[in-house]
Amino acid sequence: MTEIADFHAYPDAHGRFGAYGGIYVAETLMEPLAELTAAYEKLRKDPAFIAELDRDLKYYVGRPSPVYHAERLSAHVGGARILLKREDLNHTGAHKINNTVGQALVARHMGKTRIIAETGAGQHGVASATVAARMGLKCVVYMGAVDIERQKINVYRMRLLGADVVPVTSGSKTLKDALNEAMRDWVTNVADTFYIIGTVAGPHPYPQMVRDFNAIVGREAREQVLEQFGRLPDVITACVGGGSNAIGLFHAFLNDRDVRIVGAEAAGDGIETGRHAASLAAGKPGVLHGNRTYVLSDANGQIVETHSVSAGLDYPGVGPEHAFLKDAGRAEYVGITDDEALEAFHLLARTEGILAALESSHAIAQGIKLARELPKDGLVLVNLSGRGDKDVHTIAEREGIEL
Amino acid sequence: MSRIERRFAALKAAGRTGLIPFVTAGDPLPDAVVPMLHALVAAGADVIELGVPFSDPMADGPVIQHASERAIGKGVGLHNVLAWVAAFRETDDETPIVLMGYLNPVEMYGYEEFAEDAIEKGVDGVLMVDCPLEESHVLAPLRAVGLDQILLASPTTTEMRLAALSEAASGFLYYVSFAGITGAAQLSTGDIAERVAGIRARSKAPVAVGFGVRDAASAVAIGAFADAVVIGSALVDRLSGATSADDLAGRAHDFLAPIRAALDAR
Repeated sequence: MTEIADFHAYPDAHGRFGAYGGIYVAETLMEPLAELTAAYEKLRKDPAFIAELDRDLKYYVGRPSPVYHAERLSAHVGGARILLKREDLNHTGAHKINNTVGQALVARHMGKTRIIAETGAGQHGVASATVAARMGLKCVVYMGAVDIERQKINVYRMRLLGADVVPVTSGSKTLKDALNEAMRDWVTNVADTFYIIGTVAGPHPYPQMVRDFNAIVGREAREQVLEQFGRLPDVITACVGGGSNAIGLFHAFLNDRDVRIVGAEAAGDGIETGRHAASLAAGKPGVLHGNRTYVLSDANGQIVETHSVSAGLDYPGVGPEHAFLKDAGRAEYVGITDDEALEAFHLLARTEGILAALESSHAIAQGIKLARELPKDGLVLVNLSGRGDKDVHTIAEREGIEL
Repeated sequence: MSRIERRFAALKAAGRTGLIPFVTAGDPLPDAVVPMLHALVAAGADVIELGVPFSDPMADGPVIQHASERAIGKGVGLHNVLAWVAAFRETDDETPIVLMGYLNPVEMYGYEEFAEDAIEKGVDGVLMVDCPLEESHVLAPLRAVGLDQILLASPTTTEMRLAALSEAASGFLYYVSFAGITGAAQLSTGDIAERVAGIRARSKAPVAVGFGVRDAASAVAIGAFADAVVIGSALVDRLSGATSADDLAGRAHDFLAPIRAALDAR
């Protein structure tokens, strides 16, 4: 294991996070990606762009989101103090909007008039349709036919916002296939089209750009915890599918070596059953969707179908920066099962009056485990990445309740 | 001199345009791949591109996506593809075979192991769609054993990259004639001709042109200015309905022979 001097120095100019990341795409996409990289490199250092972004985050998204000390939950668990970073209070109800607001601004600066996006549960699709409506851009969202069936409300939300939702019927008809299809659209329509990727995956510069737009979560939280508690947290945790909310929280803390970092992946029915989506805990390094990272594939190298009660974590790859943090020993990645996530969902609802998204419920479950390991004056910071309204039907169905 | 170089040298000497069919390995009949490959050669194939099925073929259109899905559904993997190449080589030691696919299956096989097995079974070149020149360091073990590295160039490729691609390409350089996925329809011959002329002028390797070639007429139009013509989706589509080994070989022959004849009549 090599010692990393500065975790904020990644990716390098080739988009590599150590052995991971990079640009593994067909030749046709190389130039569009180079143009995007050049535009983003310029904009991210441009004070006018930064001011524009800050204004949108403050007045449209509603930032900063608070860090909330969940006292009743903490008391119930009987361990350290559990703090929640309330990304569920953002406009559209999740951290996803941080990224879509940023990328839509980049799109406008690049003169693009059409936005495309892929979505699994529909949260990123809704966040993309939202910013497209606000900026008067045309929006097409690719969504697996299976996901369209199980996320009808979000499909309707996107349509209400004026987006065209295109069903994807290839492969497993889920998120990974939607991403393939969006990439194909982009190759074909790159002249007027901007592809807003929703997570820290894809080819460079996406893992960096999506991270940068979400890193405000950790920057705010770090300051807020220092201000409210006079010190940094002992441990921070977030759920990891593609890993955008997790990297958003983790990034500001990467060089604080005393802060332990734990990512919670979807263990589904249990990693030992094979029905899970824990790419880091159970996968191997491979190449998927334009980057080298940990992937879940079979002996022939075919990407396998994943399982999680939470559609947002149901992805067979993971952002390359997480792969890098795992190998560097800076972050640990563990599995949380469907049942553990559900239990955490209910516990948070009853002790704090907060319905967490099923994705975020994995982080809550992990936060509870971590709090139990620490003394009462310990601090566990959990990213509550989204609200659970979208999941009430799934939960009711799972528990045999007819609405 | 590699098989691919020998083949292109012979084409040049004879003043002929090369014909390169693409087929997805194992679709629709995994047990009939080898006779089908021989049928393609009998119908005039100069080089064969054999597609290695992958679950997430990002750069391919619906025809090849579905062919890949069907092959995967029948359990086809890289091991099978290499075994078919070995079987093909038992009676054909001349026709070059290029494996075309995506990195993850090779990554899981292991680059060193794959390189050794591929060269031993008689593979000549490898075109990894999701491995641009900038990442081709991962393919070093393949080059080390003598496998040609087939690279792609496209209408979006800048002059600077083109210089690097021309320099690094071995076997042949594959120009995709528009910025889209495989099997799409648009094709503006005039623009392609101009671009390909520029690439041929500077590339050490011959230039094959593909994406959007579907029949004799479009093959002849492209053949006028390319060293070779690649034809994929339209062929895969034609083969997909085959019900027996004879039917498959017959379809392969009947599809390719008229294109060969039209190219030679030019």
